[in-house]
This record gives sequence, structure tokens and C-alpha cells, in this order.
Amino acid sequence: MAEQTPVLECRNLSISYFTRAGEIPAVVDFNLKLMPGEAHGIVGESGCGKSTVALAIMQYLGQNGRIVGGELLFNGRDMRTMSESELRSLRGSKIAMVYQEPMASLNPAMKIGEQLAEVPIYHDGASSKEALRRAAEMLGNVNLPEPARIMDSYPHQISGGQQQRVVIAMALLSNPSLLLLDEPTTALDVTVEAGIVDLIKEISAKFGTSMIYISHNLGLILETCDRITVMYSGEAVEVGDIETVFNNMRHPYTRGLFASIPLPGADKNTHPLVAIPGQLPLPHQRPTGCYFGPRCQFFQGGRCDLGLIPMEKVDTGAEHFVRCVRWDEIDWEATKPKADERPPVEPGDVVLRVEDMTKHYEIEDAAFFAFGGGETKTVKANEELTFQAREAETVAIVGESGCGKSTFAKVLMGLEGATEGEVILGNLDLANLPVERRDAKTIAKLQMIFQNPFDTLNPSHSIGGQIARVIRKFGVETDKKKIQDRVFELLDIVKLPRDFAKRRPRQLSGGQKQRVGIARAFAGNPEVVIADEPVSALDVSVQAAVTELLMDIQRDHRTTLLFISHDLSVVRYLADRIVVMYLGQIMEQGTTEQIFAPPYHPYTEALLSAVPIADTHVEKRKVVLTGEIPSASNPPKGCPFSTRCPYVIKGLCETRLPPNRRMADGHYIFCHLDEQTLNDMEPVIKVAEKGEPEPA
Amino acid sequence: MSAAAEAPIPTPSVLARLSRPRPLVVLILLMWVPLVTYVMFGHLIGPSRDILLVPAVPATLILYVLAMRAWWESKIAVIGATMVFFWMLMAVSAPYLPLIDPNQPIAPFTLPFTEKNGIFFWLGTDFKGRDMLSRAIWGCQRVIVWGVTATLVAYVVGTAFGLIAGYLGGWWDEIISFLANVLLSFPVMVLFILILNYLGQSGFNIVIAVTFASAPAIMRIVRGLALDIKSRDYVYAAQTRGEHPIWIMVIELLPNVRGPIIVDACLRLGYTTVAITTLTFLGLGLQPPDPDWGLMIKEAANTAMIFKFSYMLIIPALSVSSLILGFNLMADGLREMSLRD
Amino acid sequence: MAKLLLRRLGQMVLIMAVVSLILFIVFDSDKFKKQIAVNELGGFGVQALTEQEYENWLTSKGLNVPFYVRYVDWVGDVLRGDFGFSFEKNTAVGPLLAERLVATGILGFWVFALMIPIALTTGVVAGMKEGSVQDRTVSFISVLTTSIPEIATAIFLTVVFALGLGWLPTKSAMTQGFDWTQLVLPVATLVLYDFGYVARMTRASMAEVMISQYIRTAILKGIPYRRVIMRHALRNALIAPFTVIVLQLNWLLSGVVVVEVFFQYNGFGRLLLDAALFGDIYVIQAATLVAVFIAVFSQIISDVGYTLLNPRIRFS
Repeated sequence: MAEQTPVLECRNLSISYFTRAGEIPAVVDFNLKLMPGEAHGIVGESGCGKSTVALAIMQYLGQNGRIVGGELLFNGRDMRTMSESELRSLRGSKIAMVYQEPMASLNPAMKIGEQLAEVPIYHDGASSKEALRRAAEMLGNVNLPEPARIMDSYPHQISGGQQQRVVIAMALLSNPSLLLLDEPTTALDVTVEAGIVDLIKEISAKFGTSMIYISHNLGLILETCDRITVMYSGEAVEVGDIETVFNNMRHPYTRGLFASIPLPGADKNTHPLVAIPGQLPLPHQRPTGCYFGPRCQFFQGGRCDLGLIPMEKVDTGAEHFVRCVRWDEIDWEATKPKADERPPVEPGDVVLRVEDMTKHYEIEDAAFFAFGGGETKTVKANEELTFQAREAETVAIVGESGCGKSTFAKVLMGLEGATEGEVILGNLDLANLPVERRDAKTIAKLQMIFQNPFDTLNPSHSIGGQIARVIRKFGVETDKKKIQDRVFELLDIVKLPRDFAKRRPRQLSGGQKQRVGIARAFAGNPEVVIADEPVSALDVSVQAAVTELLMDIQRDHRTTLLFISHDLSVVRYLADRIVVMYLGQIMEQGTTEQIFAPPYHPYTEALLSAVPIADTHVEKRKVVLTGEIPSASNPPKGCPFSTRCPYVIKGLCETRLPPNRRMADGHYIFCHLDEQTLNDMEPVIKVAEKGEPEPA
Repeated sequence: MSAAAEAPIPTPSVLARLSRPRPLVVLILLMWVPLVTYVMFGHLIGPSRDILLVPAVPATLILYVLAMRAWWESKIAVIGATMVFFWMLMAVSAPYLPLIDPNQPIAPFTLPFTEKNGIFFWLGTDFKGRDMLSRAIWGCQRVIVWGVTATLVAYVVGTAFGLIAGYLGGWWDEIISFLANVLLSFPVMVLFILILNYLGQSGFNIVIAVTFASAPAIMRIVRGLALDIKSRDYVYAAQTRGEHPIWIMVIELLPNVRGPIIVDACLRLGYTTVAITTLTFLGLGLQPPDPDWGLMIKEAANTAMIFKFSYMLIIPALSVSSLILGFNLMADGLREMSLRD
Repeated sequence: MAKLLLRRLGQMVLIMAVVSLILFIVFDSDKFKKQIAVNELGGFGVQALTEQEYENWLTSKGLNVPFYVRYVDWVGDVLRGDFGFSFEKNTAVGPLLAERLVATGILGFWVFALMIPIALTTGVVAGMKEGSVQDRTVSFISVLTTSIPEIATAIFLTVVFALGLGWLPTKSAMTQGFDWTQLVLPVATLVLYDFGYVARMTRASMAEVMISQYIRTAILKGIPYRRVIMRHALRNALIAPFTVIVLQLNWLLSGVVVVEVFFQYNGFGRLLLDAALFGDIYVIQAATLVAVFIAVFSQIISDVGYTLLNPRIRFS
């Protein structure tokens, strides 16, 4: 290995952006050595500079970005000295890139065939016929069905997963020696993501391409890479082999990151998550010395805050480096992050009962005032949903896009009427009681926490004003002074300082906004709170803090929580019961233990297998789904999952709706497979000997 | 958990800096109310009307200083605002400036920078012998007052309909959008000609005509913004706590469409100024004898078609162009700043 | 596609019907009926009439039946090509309108023939590199020219090129038959005022495309910059300006009024204004209807063109 030239080497690379406010260092002192055939993961939270590294390698930093120091060697040659035409001959041929948003990365006005053919035409001087032939062949290589049809399509005519395969095909067309993947699956659904990850692994095995895989998701890095760089606020803080870093991490930030993600074994009662305190510093507010210093439990004044901390070699494994002055003094075993255990909460009576709730939409074909009519289509957003939620219980609703979870929330909140069925809260049927006709008490009983922190608060009004409005609206308090006190009380509950009441939303970080959203939801003392992916838009280290806060408040108020999510790891961590949905129908429901252990619904099985888990001791059984999620306006006739199901029974599944089998108390599976087959399924996730016992 | 230690990120937007409410509103009213009263109802008050404008002069100056302080980052906005405020200042202080009566014929066809009958004419006189300088300065009053009023009314109407169409949707949207389409299918000038021909020619009818011509376009913009904001979670939150649609439109939507609309309003002020000047030139707008730029062009167009006397055309043309350029530069600057934030 | 076209045509017919009805109701008022009488009999003639005689006159003209009856008649006439009679010009409206439309058409043709290439080139060049010298120059020039209203542009051009240098005539009445020198100033005025708006739209559209991710993909694919611009960027960047240019037809109909009046060019705009000032009702009605027709029709072209140019919409 030693005599081989690295494909890519970054030596003390520093990159800055120059704005009106002056120079903003985006990446500082970055080192990376990538050997041929190696896959290197870069992981970090938003703003840590990981994407900047990728663009710097492409020498595409825009008008205001510049490499201000260090070297960037590609096959031993410094890329900074290359001319524009030399760069052009490298780009797309020796170095290729796959982007985060496939839809935006493809030219909307050009056919896919032409976009692909450009690569061989301009890099290998191929004739356009030859180029098209090679393009079609490559589409076959990335497992796209009907290459000819796709070549003749425009990007918007194919699905997101297919688009990403097209982008990957484009990158591979000239057999690059380096492939950069910048969050290639973030925009995709979990089961589609699993297919793409599988393809990436296949490529590196088949073509021997070196890869840099950028992601915020440690689990994905584990599945795809050999080595890993952990970045924090523009610096690489830890570099090493995957196994070493995952099992013997030597940087407090890396460890904090692992402690704040729900791995198998974490549990809201016995093993709660431990959040990293504080928040990411903005580039111009970075402290001197260690950037992680202010958030670090091992911080020592006079040592950690002196000057630039160098990368040091660690004795745990080969080529393992960390940027910490205290790594060899810390007792890494004894100081493992551990939060206090909490007693489990006993659920009370049934609070919310959903009975055969069905919601259909009639969609008219582009209505116009003069001509009515046109064809109408029926979108079956929710089909006969039936489940219950008890007091103080957390029920998770899990599903990918188009599964109908947001429609369900709308019906519950009274913004849409149900087509059929009942939604009973207390002893009131809400299914067809629009919010205008609900009294303040009923509305206050049922509140919601939203997904996007940047959308959840009105940017024009103060935080305090927005919370106060809810208190007044629900008649919790009427006196001005008392309302004010209640606002302060709520800010205390969500652990925000009281003077935030006067602030505007733009002065708050994403996590803080989400806390205000939680305060607002709890302002009317609700019985049931619907949380729609409340943490998925937040950074990993902030996610844990907000999740724990939500759990604490729920515990104190004995609130019923309906937690909508696509992320089975989070759900496993916090839910008592789980409802798995696909295309508007409930596929499986049961307690968390029942869902995570066999028997599975085939869709649950695939979902479990698709979730990336950042633990080297976990073994997963591979179930990769083919195809895409069908459109909700044109669902399959029989079982909605029949088009992708590996167990599909021809002639039965695609024509008739399956029975809802009762497997155990409260455990239902909506499937044609007989009980024997379901019971014989192997567990998907197995945890090897080390670590905590599985909660299954 | 030290959420308290999470540092706040104060990035007040430029527009927000300008909208710190009370003192600003008071200043604008101090400037605007006297001017409007003076121009629209001055003839009812009589000679004592000149006192009206006393508070407007300092208010205008203070507003200018405030605008400079808020917008100093954008050179373009500063230049634009300077041009606009120059004419605002001329409008409010015209009675107090040492100017010759703009309607008094003195010495016909006096060239600029010459003396005649013992009076020095900086910008010469027109064919009737009226002082060009004083006519150019007095002439801005009516354009500004009617232009701004008309734009304002158009915005109130357009925004109201836009919010209703965008937020309520359904039949409201179909009907409002169709009516807007009908109005938008008239070429603007044709619509002006029709309305003023039907209603008769006066400032108030110009306000109505401008509203008919501009409100549909404003409505479309606001409707688009409302459609976008409608899908935000904070609106969803308001709906789920059972707020009335009117409350949501006024409290949740309106403050958030303000930013883009202010920029558009500056541009539209320019269009309206063009429209009023053009209409007056065509003989459909404001009536003589009081000075007005469009009127000055109209009167000179028949008599000044000789190079020597072309100053009679150029002076009002330059004046109106500079005011419109001011509005447009201001709009550009504001847009640039709002993109930066 | 055919469905869209049909729907838009239907919409056009509806708008035309509503507009003509509004026009008809407006001109059905007593004030305008009297105006017709004045046009035909002369001011003194009408004053001399007694109430009864005026009523009789209205009956003889068929003006005192309800407006919807007359509306149906009028629509029938218009469909047969009879637009009524111009009292001011003492001729049938149809041929008069046609003649004036041709004159304005010539003007419009040259405006578009010059404005489109200038605006698109400058816009694209400016938008290719945001913030560059060429961008700032184009932006400045276009703000300046769009800020000067047509009337002022006409004055400046006349003063310099006609009064000062004496190269061109001041008026464009074409009394001695067609003369291209008389066309230069009106065309130049309209081009100067209009091109800035289109150039700015093009620039904005181009700049937006240039920072899009698919342009980044194209550049990082390593294809020549020329091809990135010509094949990847232009196609997407010109979609928005295309619709703007077609809609400029509507603007042009406003702009020609001022320019034609100032240069005394005998076109459609001047006809409309003269008719409005004189109260020549049938001319106003016909001219407005034609103007609205052109405006709505250009909207349809713009919509259809947008759909054709944009595969994202064409195939959905």
C-alpha cells in the first residue's frame, strides 16, 4: 500500500468564503488521504464544511469561495495549479460527483439520453451514436429498467430514486477514479435509499472506484465506507478506520454524537439519549483553541482554549488521528455518557379511538370557472384506519412519503372531514367536526407540533406574543398579567430563557424554534399532542435534546403523544406502540417489541432492513425492495404493497385486499401470507454479543 | 441542558429596521396629511392654506435622514431615495421658497440664464412668459400627491383581493381571478382612456383609473405570496387552534407579504407617475392652469418645436424622469438589500 | 395540448363577451346617447330639440330599446363585420380601423424586430456572470431607459436628432406617403423604453439558471463552457423572457398612444385617443374590442408557447 500514490490527498487544506462581512473560514486545516479503491466517509452536522470539501475537490467554490492554504493533490498533482481546460478534462471524467437533490441536478429541458451522452462525447470523443449506446448500457448497470424509455424521458418524468440512479450513471460513464457522493440519499425515502446504498456498494466492488461519501448519517457511512472523517465546525476532529472510530472513538464530539443518536439498546426509560449541550458556533463566533471547547465536558481552561489544536496520532489503531489535547488523559470507559434512568410510565385509559377512518379526495382535472366537469380522480389518502391511544402513551405512526400520515393529522385537527368512520376523543366524534365547529376546550385538548422549525413560527410576531395568543384563544388565562406569567412558565418548561418572549423567530436557532413550537402546543394543557416529525429537520446533536425535552414534558403531563415519523430508530427509542402505514393503509400495528420482532409484515421487514444503524455490532438481514412507491391517485387494486412485495402471491395479492390478521394481543398484520409463513420469519436486526440486551 | 447558552442570532432585516412602527408612522403622517390636504382641498381653504405645510418640511427632512441611516449599505437605494426626497421636499416647501408665481405671465420666450424686465430667469420662461423654474418645482406637487394616493388605494384594494383569493381559494379565487383577467386584458392606456372618458377628468378619477389598472396585477402578486405562506406551518397552527380566516389573513399573512410588496410598490409608484404625466399630456388628466409636468409638455409641444426653445420641453421631461428614476433605483436597492438578508 | 388550447380559446371568448358587454353598458348611459345625437345633429341641433323630439330621434335610431336587445343586435353587426360609423372621421369604422391597425402594425413590427435581439443579447450577457462589469452596465442602462417615460424619451430624441442635428423630421404624419425617416424616432422611442424591461427579465432569468444545480452538474461534467451556455443554460433561461416578450404586445398598445400622438403618426393609438376626446363612440367601442382581442390573444400565445418550451409542463 505504501508505495501507491493516493488518488486524492488534502494537506492542511483551508477554504474560506469572502463576503461583505469579510473572510469566513469554512474549512480549516483539513487532511485526507484516499487510496485507490478506498471509500472514505465524511460525517458532520450542517455547516461543518463537509460539502465545501467536496466542491473544493471539484475546484468549484463559486465566485466568493477560495482555497486559502494547503495543498490538494489528485494523483499526485496539485489541482490548484491546473488550468481551466485541464480541470475540465478531469471533471466528469476522472472525478465525478453525485448530488443531494437529483431532480435539481438534472437539466429539466433536456432528455436524459442527451445529458448522459455528453460525457462520452466530450471526454472520449465518442460519436453520438456510440455515446448513446454506452449511456443505455450504463443505465442497465445501475439497475434501471427499460433504459431506452428512460433515455427518451425528461427528468421530471421519472421518480426521485430513478433520477438519482441516472445521476450515478452519468458519474460512472467515463469510469472515474474518484467519485464524490454528497448526501446522495437524503432527499429519498428510506426504502428507496436502501436501494441506492446497495447500488453504491455494488459499484465500488465492481469498478474499484475510490469514493468520498458525505453524509450526516453515521449509519450510512458505516454501511458504505472503509474510513471516516468526523468534522465539526470546519475542522476534522477525528479520522480513522470505521471499526476503530465507531468502537474506540477518542474525541469528545464523536462520542457525543454517538450518545445522541438512538441506537439499538437505547431506550427512553432505561437508556435515555444524552444530548450535546449548547449549539454549533457560527463561523465568526468560533472560540479560540478547540472549537468544541464550550460544549465539551472535558474542557480545561488554559489548555483547550490556547491556539489551534493539532491532529495527533492515537494508539488505538492504524492511522487513527484526533484533534484533542486531552485524548490520552481521559478515561474513556469510566466517563461513558449516561443519563439517569427513569421509571416507566403506566398508560391510563384509552383517550383517542380511531375507528375505520377513511379519507378520500376527489381531484378535478384543473378546474376552470366557465367549464365545470372534467374527469375526477379519487385519491385514497386514508383507508379504514383503526387504532387506539391511551393516556401517557406514545403511539408512533411510521411510513414513507404518500403513506397518508399528514392527511390523518389534518382530519384529526379538523381541517378536513373524514369520508367515513369515527375519530373519538373522550366521548366526542371528531371525524366530521371541522375545527370551526369545535369549542375551545376540544381544540385545546388536541394540539400539534410541526416538522419544519423555520416554518413553525410566524416571522413577523414575537415569541411571547405567539404563545400568549394560544393561551388567550383557549381561555386558559384571561388576565394580562396571568397570561404573561403563563408564557414565562412555558418558556421555563421548554428550558428557554424568559427574555426570549420578546424575541423574533429569526433570532432563534432551529432547535430553539422547535422548543417554542413545543411550548405553544402545550400552552392549552392538551390531552393529545400530534408531533409531525418534530426533530427530523434538526441537527443530530440538537435532535436528542429536543426529543428528551418532549419526553420529559409528556411524562410530567401524562400527555398522549402521536409521533409521526419515517425514522424507525427514533420510533423504536420512544414509542410504546407503532402503527406502520403504506399508501394510506395500516400494514401492521402492535407494541414496539411486537413490531421489531418477527412475525413481520413484509413491508415492515423491508423498512427495518432499510434503516441504517450506526453500530458495528448490529447485523441486518438484507431485504431490498425494487420499484417505487405507487402514486396515491393510482394505487394497486389489491394489497397496496403488492407491486414491491418480495413475498407477493401472484393472482391473489394484486387483486384482493388482504385480511387483517390478529397475531397477538393488539398485534395486527394486514397480509395475505398465512400465519405460519409470517411466524417463520427471521429477525431482521441482530445485535452481536457485546452491548445491551435488545429490548425485543 | 443549557439551551440558555445557545447564542441568539440577531439579524434584523433592513425592511424591519425601517418598520419600527410609531415614530415613523407619525413622521409619515406629518408629511403626508398636510400635503394631501394642501393639494386636494387647498382651493377650499383659501390663502391661509400655506400654513398647512409648516410641519411637513421638518418631517420630510427627518424622514430623509432616517432613510439614509437605514439604507446606507446600498448605494443605489441612497441615490434613489435622494432623488425622491428632493422632489418630496420641493413639494412640501414650494410655498416657502423664493419663487415667482408660477401662473403669472411675465416675459414670454425668455431663454434660461437671461434677465428680462429686471428679473433673472434661471430656467427661462414659457410661451406665455411664466417662470419655468417655479413651474417645474410647483409641478411636482400634483404628480406626487395623486400618484402616491392612487398607488396606495390600488395597493389596499389589490392586497385585500389578493389575500382573499389566495387564502380562501375555491370560488373566491375563481371569481376574483377572472375579474382580474378581464381587467388585465385591457391595454393599460386603453383602460385609462375609457375610465377617464366615462367618469370625467379629475384627480379623484385618476385614482379610480389607476386602481382599476394596477390592482389586478397587485392582486396576482399578493395571491401568489398568500398561496405560498398559506402552506406554512404557522398558518396551519393558527387554523388548528380555530382562528377565524379574517384573523389569519390579517395577522398571519399580511405582515409577511409586506416585504416583497414594498419593493413592488416603489416600482409601481414609477409606473403611476408615468401614467399621470402621460394622461395629462394627452389631455385626459389634470386640468390647467396650475402647473404640472405633463401639462407643461402638452402646452410646449405645440409651440416649442424649435431647438432654441426646446428647454420648455426638456425641463419638465427631465423632472419627471428624475422622479421615476428615483423610485426605480429605490426599488432596486431595497430588493438588493432584501436578498442579502 | 389541444385541451389547453381549447380551454384558453373558450376563456378568450368569455373575456371578450364580458368586455364587450361592459363596454356596451357603459356606453348605454344617457350621457353617451346624447353624445351620439350631438355627433350626428350637431350641438345646436340637439339643444333645439324638445324632449319629445329627442325621444323620437332615439326611437328612430333604435336607441330607446333595452340595452340587451341592442347588445344582441350590435354583436350581430360586429360579427358581420359592421363596426358602425365614425362621426368624427365621417367614414365607416371597419376600414378606418383596418387602415390604422396596419400603420401601427408597421411600427410594432420594427419595434419588436429591434427590441428582441437587443434585449435578449444584453440580458443573457449580463446574467451570465452576476455582478460582473457587463452585468452592472446593462443593469444601469436598462434602469435608466425604463425610468424615462416614453414622452420624455420622445422629447429628448426629437430635440437632439430632429431639432438639433436636423437629421430626421420632427413629425411622422406621413402626409406625402410612406417615408421611413419619419418612422425612426417613434420606433427608437418605443424600443428604448421597452428593451430595458425585457433585458432585465432576461438577465434575472439567466442569472437564476446560472446558479442552478443543473448548471453546476453540467460544468462539473467537464463539458466546454460554450456548450454549457448554449445548450444547457439558454434553453431554460429564455422560457421566461419569451412569455414576457409576447405580453409586451399589450404594453405596446399603451405605448403607441403617446408616441403616435407626439409624433402625429396616424395609427391605432391616435385613433383611439381622438375618438375618446371627441366622443366618437362606435370607434371607441371597436378599437377597445380590437385592443382587448390582441391582448388576450397574445396571452394565449404566451401560455401555449410557455407550455411548448417547458417540457416539465408539456408532459405532465
